[in-house]
Amino acid sequence: MQERIALTGNEAMALAMKQINPDVVAAYPITPQTEIVQIFSDYVANGRVKTEFITVESEHSAMSATVGAASSGVRAMTATSSQGLALMWEVVYIAASNRLPIVMPVVNRALSGPINIHGDHSDTMGARDSGWIQIYSENTQEAYDNLIQAVRIAEHPDVLLPVMVMMDGFIISHAMENLFILSDQDVQKFVGEFKPHRPSLLDVDNPVTVGPLALYDYYMEFKRQQAEAMRGAKPVILEVAKEYAELTGRKYGLFDAYKLDDADLAIVVLSSTAGTARYVVDELREKGIKAGLLKLRVFRPFPYEELAQVLADRKAIAVMDRADSYSAFGGPLFTEVRSAMYDAKKRPPIVNYIYGLGGRDVNLDHIRKVYNDLVEIARTGEVTQLVNYLGVRE
Amino acid sequence: MAKLLEIRWHGRGGQGAKTAAQLLAEAASSVGKYIQGFPEYGPERMGAPVLAFTRISDEPIHLHCHVTEPQIVVVLDPTLLAKGDVTQGVPEDGIILINTDKSPAEMRQAMKLSGRKIYTVNASRIAEETIGRPIPNTPLMGALIKITGIMSLDALLEDTQKKLAKKFAGRPEVVEGNLKAVRRAYEEVQGE
Amino acid sequence: MNRPLTWKEVPQGGWIEKPGNAVDYETGDWRSIKPVWIAENCIHCLRCWVFCPDASIMTEGGKMTGIDYKHCKGCGICANECPAKPKALEMVNESDSGDK
Repeated sequence: MQERIALTGNEAMALAMKQINPDVVAAYPITPQTEIVQIFSDYVANGRVKTEFITVESEHSAMSATVGAASSGVRAMTATSSQGLALMWEVVYIAASNRLPIVMPVVNRALSGPINIHGDHSDTMGARDSGWIQIYSENTQEAYDNLIQAVRIAEHPDVLLPVMVMMDGFIISHAMENLFILSDQDVQKFVGEFKPHRPSLLDVDNPVTVGPLALYDYYMEFKRQQAEAMRGAKPVILEVAKEYAELTGRKYGLFDAYKLDDADLAIVVLSSTAGTARYVVDELREKGIKAGLLKLRVFRPFPYEELAQVLADRKAIAVMDRADSYSAFGGPLFTEVRSAMYDAKKRPPIVNYIYGLGGRDVNLDHIRKVYNDLVEIARTGEVTQLVNYLGVRE
Repeated sequence: MAKLLEIRWHGRGGQGAKTAAQLLAEAASSVGKYIQGFPEYGPERMGAPVLAFTRISDEPIHLHCHVTEPQIVVVLDPTLLAKGDVTQGVPEDGIILINTDKSPAEMRQAMKLSGRKIYTVNASRIAEETIGRPIPNTPLMGALIKITGIMSLDALLEDTQKKLAKKFAGRPEVVEGNLKAVRRAYEEVQGE
Repeated sequence: MNRPLTWKEVPQGGWIEKPGNAVDYETGDWRSIKPVWIAENCIHCLRCWVFCPDASIMTEGGKMTGIDYKHCKGCGICANECPAKPKALEMVNESDSGDK
């Protein structure tokens, strides 16, 4: 039984956390994630969850305490944004390498400097190689759904990796939208009872060592094993999505292809901008222009084979990045997609648009311009500007 | 009702523009509409000009950009009219609803505005008299649904009652005052 | 422990579920000097047991019984700390000591 209500992204994430009812949450507030922690701490104070809430003095401590809790054999969560994620940095890697199934909402916000509180993907794109599974959400509904599914993905015995679930700061976190929510019981049933996968730190009868030293004699074997876990995550993500669809009717994959089957022109994009782009696709289709859209949901593991398959037959592709990689080349999504296309049966021209940094609005005209450029590239087969900055003052 | 209705709220930090944008969205959601309600967060604080937006539609809303061409503009504070152009992007047949003690004709003259429809309601006074504080956001919702027909007065009153009863549990006079304010603005709003 | 483990065999995430496995790692052959216990001088104060960084002082019933040469690295702390007069622990060159 589902209920249709209106919530902001932060309210939806906090509600999902309540319904997951984790054993431990250790979190520190930071704009624009603050409300998640604030609302969740209300749930704790009002006895709506059985969670042990640990107030900490920094994000470094938040992630450390979450790692400690997860190592002691319980379901543990935290949440952060931007500088908070940056401050967690060294422990973020440890959560992944220790194979701890931690789930963390990250409300995407630009990294300093200059100081900025608004939404872009520089924070989590920086953490793309930390070994966490990364799932990006377009709207409040997806933020809610993804967080619930993340628990099952993280804790699956073939995976046992931490998962971060993203939504765009302010654009989604502070926007009220309609969504369907599940009952507490249904969420509880879906995520299931937490079963520790191995003896924990608190299991005095079966003592364990966590986080040992491994030098050149063993480090590489551990990292190879970790890489395999990320490879194993792909089928699990799809399996969990299938089960979630049976419960809710809402279908999720590694990405969402919109009118892509017969499209000549395609945009590849993450998160909230996909919605705005979908509007333009409809507009262009009415004019008879074969536009399509690929909204990537799962950035880690990166579905390079699946992407190459659905993108190969396009005549021109634009990859939109809400973060730069300062590689003197292109944005992180662009370089991944381009690399994925190297083995495709055809290699259409692919251009990059870096947009929306620091929360700069990307409107219909911006997206229309990208498709217009693609029309020209498809016609001539020539790319005049490989990497473009969209909506910047020249 | 239009396929997609976009509303821009002009207020000052602390006047409840964000709350109004989201309360209206929530109320429209309660009668089955698809909605968005969101603020524009700048470095504002109490008293600084702020913007908030509401989108209402009969179909799912995918847009996640700012509202730049609102069919309706709501001005919570008439002093904002002197600062910047609240009519920016509003189409010829767009609507401007202003919280003021002046009539629409007086406002049209003061704003030197041609085209568009102007509505006025003294939401601050209504709020003062019904809630006891000059917070114009709830009465403006009453005026808005009268103008647009987004939903019925009864549906708005029901949803507002439900939400405020939760927020102001133990203070029934606040809930009652707000409902009265919505009803009065619904009745008192004038247009030309 | 002769063959190093492959990536498929190493414990998941580095969780070592067999505690106390340092005992399998024989560090005794690191020694260049070794402590020799002189039982008749020993006052069984167990200062050597407290200070030994490698748990190589063997005891039974609260009394010193000897040195675990499989793990003793020959650091000499025990002999240095021994308060007995004359000392109950003495360091000798490994090459001079004959047996191991």
